[in-house]
Amino acid sequence: MTRTKPIHLGVHFPGVNNTTVWSDPGSGSQIEFSSFEHLARRAEAAKLDFFFLAEGLRLREHKGRIHDLDVVGRPDTLPVLAALAAVTDRIGLAGTINTTFNEPWELARQFATLDVLSGGRAAWNLVTSSDAFTGANFRRGGYLQYDDRYARAGEVVEVARALWDSWDDDAVLGDPSSAAFLRPGAVRRVDHHGRFVDAVGEFTTPRGPQGHPVLFQAGDSSDGREFAARAADVVFSAHATYDDGRAFYDDVKGRLAAYGRDRDSLKILPAVTVTLGATAAEAEERARHIRRQQVSGPTAIAFLEQVWGRDLEAYDPDGPLPDVEPDVDGASITRGRVRHVRDPLAVARAWREQAAANRWSIRDLVIAVTTRGGFVGTPEAVAADIERHVHEDAADGFILVPHLTPGGLDDVFDQVVPLLQERGSFRREYAGTTLRDHLGLARPAVARPVDAGVAELVG
Amino acid sequence: MSAPSTASARRRGPLVHLGVDLTDAGAHPAAWRASGSRPERVFDAARLTELVARAQSGLLDFVALDDAFTLQPRSGGVRGRLDAALVAARLAPRSAGIGLVATVDTTHTEPFHVSKAIATIDHVSQGRAGWQVAWSTSDAAAAAFGRKPPQSEADAIEEADEAAHVIARLWDSWEDDAEIRDVATGRFVDREKLHYVDHEGIRFAVKGPSITPRPPQGRPPVVVPVTGDDALRLAASRADVARVQAATAEEAGELRDRLRSAAQDAERDPDELRVLVDANVVLGADEPTARARFELLQDLDDARWDGSLAHVGTAHTLTSTVEEWVRAGAADGFVLRPASLATDLDAVVAHTVPALQRLGLFRTAYPGTTLRDTLGLARPANVFATSA
Repeated sequence: MTRTKPIHLGVHFPGVNNTTVWSDPGSGSQIEFSSFEHLARRAEAAKLDFFFLAEGLRLREHKGRIHDLDVVGRPDTLPVLAALAAVTDRIGLAGTINTTFNEPWELARQFATLDVLSGGRAAWNLVTSSDAFTGANFRRGGYLQYDDRYARAGEVVEVARALWDSWDDDAVLGDPSSAAFLRPGAVRRVDHHGRFVDAVGEFTTPRGPQGHPVLFQAGDSSDGREFAARAADVVFSAHATYDDGRAFYDDVKGRLAAYGRDRDSLKILPAVTVTLGATAAEAEERARHIRRQQVSGPTAIAFLEQVWGRDLEAYDPDGPLPDVEPDVDGASITRGRVRHVRDPLAVARAWREQAAANRWSIRDLVIAVTTRGGFVGTPEAVAADIERHVHEDAADGFILVPHLTPGGLDDVFDQVVPLLQERGSFRREYAGTTLRDHLGLARPAVARPVDAGVAELVG
Repeated sequence: MSAPSTASARRRGPLVHLGVDLTDAGAHPAAWRASGSRPERVFDAARLTELVARAQSGLLDFVALDDAFTLQPRSGGVRGRLDAALVAARLAPRSAGIGLVATVDTTHTEPFHVSKAIATIDHVSQGRAGWQVAWSTSDAAAAAFGRKPPQSEADAIEEADEAAHVIARLWDSWEDDAEIRDVATGRFVDREKLHYVDHEGIRFAVKGPSITPRPPQGRPPVVVPVTGDDALRLAASRADVARVQAATAEEAGELRDRLRSAAQDAERDPDELRVLVDANVVLGADEPTARARFELLQDLDDARWDGSLAHVGTAHTLTSTVEEWVRAGAADGFVLRPASLATDLDAVVAHTVPALQRLGLFRTAYPGTTLRDTLGLARPANVFATSA
């Protein structure tokens, strides 16, 4: 084996959680297009694989009111990606779309459109949802059972792929001397009747340059992992540390064989933050500073309230932990985000002991228990770390998450990526034009339905 | 309820509004086969970008992008569509001044999705988005979604009306100054300035607020195609721009009068509603050339043009028609539907626009940066804002 395993790198636009520091003087708009353009163009200049945009379909709430301590509000995912297609040429454009609150006919034509308009750079990060909280914004409401999330998601993907495959690649004949705009037989009727979706008819939109847009999957449950092994091209993983990453990588890649898939056909990319410094100590100090910006006093109290299940506003974030016990019967007081604590009493006990032993305030403790690692160090050390994770199968690459909008990764582009390029472990130029090319993923051929009676010719 | 119009007071004399429809390869089904057309480029973003630049060089009000969930049934015309909202977003960073009007359905698309899509086009274009309301009545569109049976025109328009109401509320669900970034208290937004829309309708319920802050225009202009009496009522109550079909100035004038009086009945200032007539245009250097072009297209595909104005003639006679109709109060302007986008848009920009400018009937520069500025419409106050 002389082949070097390639590293894949994406960038995540800063989201609506406390990773994003909005209080810093260097923090820019979360809404203006110039912020999105800055990050996408800088990432493209550094030859990264893709730009990633997350989504949430209801503003988060805490104690029955809109959570106001983190960034609130975001533009609509797909129109932003379509606009970015106008100001970039090569970088992939990935966006989250929820399968519970979107219908396959509509989302298939949106992603086909994005793929056509971007010259083959579209990617869909599939997420599922079962909560009535988000459902209150939609016709569907919160009807979906938790266990049915991936059953519906699987059917939505199946229908979307059937729709993309219902147009041949060369369906547009483009011969002015002919009276037919489409080549006869090149567009086939889709006739799907399933448990969750009925979709029948002639699809409207040409097949994109990638055939199927790249499919990301971000769920971490066993169902989510199984779904990724069966259907996804990329896993957006939460397992960024080395040991955690190795275990996750093994688990998910190990599931591929059952679906007749090659280990290289699914890329595992953990999300990760990067903090640089001229020395290791300087980087550590910077990371500590950023963590304090991310966890303000009110944010620390709000975090504790999620575990305690009760109002703790009377407590001083710079003082000791609350002596009152968590309200274990109280329903979750935070909605619109995922956070599970199995045994609040035990957690509270452990945290009190930890805080007392280290003389930590509430804020110190919250910083300690919410720090997720990430790469911290000199550019040389971070580049070596990224290589090690990839070469030793803890990841196929990373999705870089900045703490500042829009310039939070500029130092990584300027200082880390060139080192990876010098070492020959990251591309200096794009070899292809599509995101599938960048990720080394095969382009799917048109899958024609087996039953010709169902596939009525309409072209 | 209706605010006094500052927009009408600002307007000096009759100024013509001109939009251009960029659907397919042109309004004539054979346009893709006509000279100058390149059918392999119909779905090419670069072609659309060039057309927008052309329209913008003529200072036109907006480009309109049609859409539907069904494939065009005619075998001779262009078949295939891109999602109009995403096309509008794709066109935004490479244009300035010109409005981008995307057609989005209300029968099958969730109102929450429509609201944030149009708001986002407005953000990425810095205030140049417009929304053309669409509704679906076909069996084919219903079968594509499989969620509900096909609806009658009247029922679908009622639903469009409910959706347009909720979408406007969602645009208002963030007050303009909701984002405060108050470092002292750690608050990013003032949540008193974010509002639940709490819509509980017969057809759908939407809680809100939107996930997207209020668009730069407050509420991007709403365009309603007037296809009949129900659509006319919808336009009168919800539209900023009504697209009507009329073959004669008398017909157009009657429609405009009806729209304005219905707007008044809906407690709106009729001067806040622009009535634009759809006009199919085939232009030539002289009348025989124009007629020959039209006959050539008809030879390729013997299409029946719809009931609206069809102008087959020179750019000069088009100018006269526009002048005549607008001076007679029959229309506030036109949505031009070039028979062939590869040919007729150039003629409009090169000849009709300068002629109208010489008559003092058309702008010589964009008056501002937003589509509302161009249409002479005031930025609406927020219905949720409490400040006196």
